[in-house]
Amino acid sequence: MDCVDFVELVTEFLDGALPEGDERRFIEHLAECSGCENYLDQFRQTITAAGELTQDDISPAAKQQLLDAFRGWRQT
Amino acid sequence: MEATCELPPDDVLVDRLRDGHEQTFTLVLDTWSKGMLRLAMSFVSTKASAEEVVQETWLAVIRGIGGFEGRSSLKTWVYRILVNTAKARGTKEHRTVPFTCLLPEEDGPTVDPSRFRGPGEQFAGHWVTGQKPQPWELPEEQALLGEVRTVLAKALNELPPRLRTVITLRDVAGHSSEEVCSLLEISPGNQRVLLHRARAVMRQKLDDYVSGAVTPSGGDDRGLR
Repeated sequence: MDCVDFVELVTEFLDGALPEGDERRFIEHLAECSGCENYLDQFRQTITAAGELTQDDISPAAKQQLLDAFRGWRQT
Repeated sequence: MEATCELPPDDVLVDRLRDGHEQTFTLVLDTWSKGMLRLAMSFVSTKASAEEVVQETWLAVIRGIGGFEGRSSLKTWVYRILVNTAKARGTKEHRTVPFTCLLPEEDGPTVDPSRFRGPGEQFAGHWVTGQKPQPWELPEEQALLGEVRTVLAKALNELPPRLRTVITLRDVAGHSSEEVCSLLEISPGNQRVLLHRARAVMRQKLDDYVSGAVTPSGGDDRGLR
């Protein structure tokens, strides 16, 4: 396996979706190539950082409306 | 991954919601709305529109919880309603994100081919000297972490819609591959192609930042910080 192939298989590897033979070649390459080892590590860091992004919430007014709707639905 | 409070198991949740237990409704509302808002943004053009989609979804959940059959998890059921609602609205706004097949620009290498030695060269297919990825040292200081976040949020918002949708579901909201495939009605293979491309773009943007090529500029109107 060459670096140019390795970089395209990272997500498949992380998902555990590589066929056995490919996974073996992926790991063999990883053990010998510091550039690809760094690439994989950067990919992991990117994924972790993406998981730390916080997201906007819906407005308190919208929440209140929904809670009212929930109550109202129960009563009808 | 978003910090989420522990929700009770689905059967308990569903029973309580059917019984009109307000605290439980508030709990699921607080726990899931952020992710729903973000997902809705992939299909519609404005934040206001996305918020309406989320509201419409919750109203449908309130009306439909009695008929929930438990064939999927409650969250998947809610998200599916959201996707259908958002898609319908996106069609009205002429902004649809079909996932049935890959677009030409979603195929092809995810790393600039010039970073690798060409065929015929010695060590063909390996990194060109000077192009080898170097270890990152992401800052640990709070202020700089904020910068990383800004860079990443901006990169995420600049992704093409389909790439953004998949990476948002998988990496920001933490859904499994199976959940994403089922929600978007997409094959595992295509899902992975989109996810990989999205991650590769984000990695490159972070690399540009770490290596000092770009400085973060603020301004993000899509709801991430």
